[in-house]
Amino acid sequence: MNSPIPMKGRNEVQREKDKIEKKQRGRLFWVAIFAAALAAGCSSKTTMKKGAESATIQLTGAGSTFIYPAMTQWISSYQKMHPDVRINYQSIGSGGGIQQVKAGLVNFGASDAALDNMQLAAMPPLVQIPESSGPVCLTYNLSQLKKPLRLTSQLIADIYLGKIKNWDDPLLRPLNPGVHFPNEPIIVAHRADGSGTTNIFTTYLSTVSPEWAKKVGHSISVNWPVGLGGKGNEGVTGIIEENPGGFGYVELAYAISNHMPVAHVENRAGKFVAPTVAGTTAAIAAFADSIAKDVRNPIVDPPASAPEAYPISGFTFLLVPTKANSPRQAQALAGFIRYILTDGQQVATKLDYAPLPESVTQLDEKLLAQTVPAEKQTP
Amino acid sequence: MITRHRFRKITNAVMLTLTGLCALVAVGAMLAILGFLVWKGAGSLNWDFFTKLPAPVGEPGGGMANAIVGTGKLLLIASLIGLPIGFLSGVYLSEFGGRPMSFLIRYVTDLLSGVPSIVIGIFAYAMVVVPMKSFSTLAGGFALGVMMIPIAVRGTEESLRTVPPNLREASVALGASRTTTILRVVIPAAFRGILTAMMLALARVAGETAPLLFTAFGNNDWSPGWTHPIASLPVMIYNYAISPFRDWHRQAWAAGLVLLVLVLLTNIAARLLFMGRAAEAER
Amino acid sequence: MATAAHPAAPQVRSHAHPPGFFRSFRNRLRKLIGTDWLGYVLSLVAAVLILAITTALVWQLWTQSALSRAKFGWGFLVGRTWSPLFEHLGALPFIYGTVVTSVIALLIAVPLGLGAAIFLAELAPPRASSWLAFLIDLLAAVPSVIYGLLGIFVMVPFLRQVVDPALKRTLGFLPLFQGPIYGVGLLAGGLVLAIMVVPFIISVSREVLLAVPRDQREGALALGATRWEATWGAVVPFARTGIYGSIFLALARALGETMAITMVIGNDPKIRASLFAPGASIAAVLANEFVEATTPTYISALIELGLVLFCLTIVLNGLARLLILATSRRGGAPA
Repeated sequence: MNSPIPMKGRNEVQREKDKIEKKQRGRLFWVAIFAAALAAGCSSKTTMKKGAESATIQLTGAGSTFIYPAMTQWISSYQKMHPDVRINYQSIGSGGGIQQVKAGLVNFGASDAALDNMQLAAMPPLVQIPESSGPVCLTYNLSQLKKPLRLTSQLIADIYLGKIKNWDDPLLRPLNPGVHFPNEPIIVAHRADGSGTTNIFTTYLSTVSPEWAKKVGHSISVNWPVGLGGKGNEGVTGIIEENPGGFGYVELAYAISNHMPVAHVENRAGKFVAPTVAGTTAAIAAFADSIAKDVRNPIVDPPASAPEAYPISGFTFLLVPTKANSPRQAQALAGFIRYILTDGQQVATKLDYAPLPESVTQLDEKLLAQTVPAEKQTP
Repeated sequence: MITRHRFRKITNAVMLTLTGLCALVAVGAMLAILGFLVWKGAGSLNWDFFTKLPAPVGEPGGGMANAIVGTGKLLLIASLIGLPIGFLSGVYLSEFGGRPMSFLIRYVTDLLSGVPSIVIGIFAYAMVVVPMKSFSTLAGGFALGVMMIPIAVRGTEESLRTVPPNLREASVALGASRTTTILRVVIPAAFRGILTAMMLALARVAGETAPLLFTAFGNNDWSPGWTHPIASLPVMIYNYAISPFRDWHRQAWAAGLVLLVLVLLTNIAARLLFMGRAAEAER
Repeated sequence: MATAAHPAAPQVRSHAHPPGFFRSFRNRLRKLIGTDWLGYVLSLVAAVLILAITTALVWQLWTQSALSRAKFGWGFLVGRTWSPLFEHLGALPFIYGTVVTSVIALLIAVPLGLGAAIFLAELAPPRASSWLAFLIDLLAAVPSVIYGLLGIFVMVPFLRQVVDPALKRTLGFLPLFQGPIYGVGLLAGGLVLAIMVVPFIISVSREVLLAVPRDQREGALALGATRWEATWGAVVPFARTGIYGSIFLALARALGETMAITMVIGNDPKIRASLFAPGASIAAVLANEFVEATTPTYISALIELGLVLFCLTIVLNGLARLLILATSRRGGAPA
């Protein structure tokens, strides 16, 4: 480029000029790109300002994947009614929800596992609001089966303990007469992340199987004896769907929205019950006294007095810090939660979550009042 | 009985064919990846994908407009952090650095380039997310920016080194200061190479997912300003791909196609730019 | 930046002298640029920033993992259970998964990459070679999450239906290929990694092969060697160190790879002999559990895993660079 310029013919000079022009055009291009980037940056800055002026309230929540399908519906409907509130909910698992509330990085969390008093001591001040309940179902990928699979609590525990490895197991056959099981391994799926669904499921297993209680225990994440780990209800459903012979526990809405079969599980009364809203409602009713004492008490393995109850269900709790949110955020959040507890329940029922019983809703209202301390100070 | 000569000839032919086959497999993999994404993704691409927000679970449709804008905003922050630091450090290494200092910086830059992206994510979480008490665009941009630094440093340094020393000497001889020489002579001469490096750095981090998981987090909505969680294409692809919803799988493919095309185009543009420079230098 | 880009046309700009304050500002700026130290200071600051960032990174990893290091000591590295509930946290299942997938990746990627590099450097016509190399380089640019996407929906079903059963039939006597077939698992992780690291091996190996002096291969050919013998016997050994370097580079990349692995490895922290079995890698467990680890020990243990991964990749990267440097020196020196 910078070499001494020799004598040039007219063509060459023209070419040189073209080249320079081309180069300038090239530079123009980059300047344009830079300007565009700058403009984009500025425009989003102005939207931020506008956001602050028109008082849009940003709320971030995280946690339970169990509640995620309902939550997206709630958010979508609520935002239509209240365009000044924008809610972002990320389904990172109940463990994640708890941790992010603890770290103060989100405005609210959702967990299918209630925090016990010891855990609460380590958390910032918060209230736990049960906001819906639902069954955890056992779903499977066996195209050969026409009728729903029937399982006892013992069988479920044995499969998850790794004692029953094959679909062709003699213990499975008597429960499911007339079913021809394939000679294929049971591909057990479980959660890889900390999960309230896992807590509900392992609480159930610990209740029905002493061996499980001793070896594994119950928690939002346990040391699984067997199986593949998937992230979220989404991930577990995905594993079962992608693997013939797959078997695992997920929240009912995930099985239904994917048209996957669900197993009927034997309850204390000896009946094989399908996971349904009615089954969970019956279980809640059977545990009414226990819930009245402490809403965190589990509702798995209901007594034989409730023949229609499905044995594996749980509440999902919203974790709402009472101090961390600004008054405006707290107000907006309370509004959203009030919507969930009232009109939102019908939306959830359509998605196969059991509606809250009256007693729990009343309790929730009281809890909710604690989350907006600002109301008293600023009339 | 095969003679030794014959055997050698056959070995020759077989091995050479095998190496060709290896090359074919590698090239084939690239073409297969492109093919699959176009095949699976193109069908799900439509106008909504670029203009709409994600739909609630169970409702079909929706798009990823927020993730596309989000990726753009994250890259803007990343460039603002990574490119100046990388560029200036490259200038330092090529134009100023004394021996021990240069060695140290080079060593540390190499170290940084080898850090796994997920570890960078943890770092950004500790440095930005925790002090700011919020997942944010800034945190995600910071993580990506840190990843860009080593690429930008090395690219800048290498490009500046290709500038012949007599150009610098001539400039200084004419009475220009060192700063002026660098600004007016050295950098313009290496401009294309530097730009190439910057574009490659951008393309490299545009597809990063791991450092964003716990910095930018995610968002199903627009993210106003710079201090709220924000959606990005790679994280959306991840979340949608591991979900059980068929509709989301389709969207994941579409997003994958968009992301791949963006990254590859940037790469190709950067390399063409570089080749152009090489051709110019030959003349 | 913009001023720097227009050195060729200073006269054009001097036409329009900005008036008043602006002019004095310009003059001051010009004086500042005229000084020798400005560029030095600015670039030094940037360079020191890199030092600071890296130091901060190491410091964060070190201090944040202090709790776990104090509690588990070196036993952390050989602990075989990962049970956050009981706080029995051992890193071995993750180290095992990381190492096994990386080894599988290298077993596949090294021959494949080396073969392709030899073809591109020695056999293909230069023009075609550079185009093919370009295409293969693009493979390295494909984002990891896209490998994961293809892994879940294309590779895993293929493995489950075709490859794994075939392996079980033919090599089933080995413990490596026994047990139930899931599709996802260590083998799937290794395969995805193989495709991801192949371009690194090819591009570095190709370059070091091209740097081998012509005399090496011409000498061998003159002695009557076939093309292959000349390549394998004279050229490749000459470039050996650089090729080792490329392998270390690939290994470092494989160890730190996160998304694609997370999506196909199965995420089960167990040590099993079978390659069909699900496993977990360090990077994958970080991606899965970091945002949700609730107890301080748990978080600290995860960060210590990050530290382990960091150390592993740093050592390998260092080795790789030393080796590549060694070859390029030797290649450059007059033979």
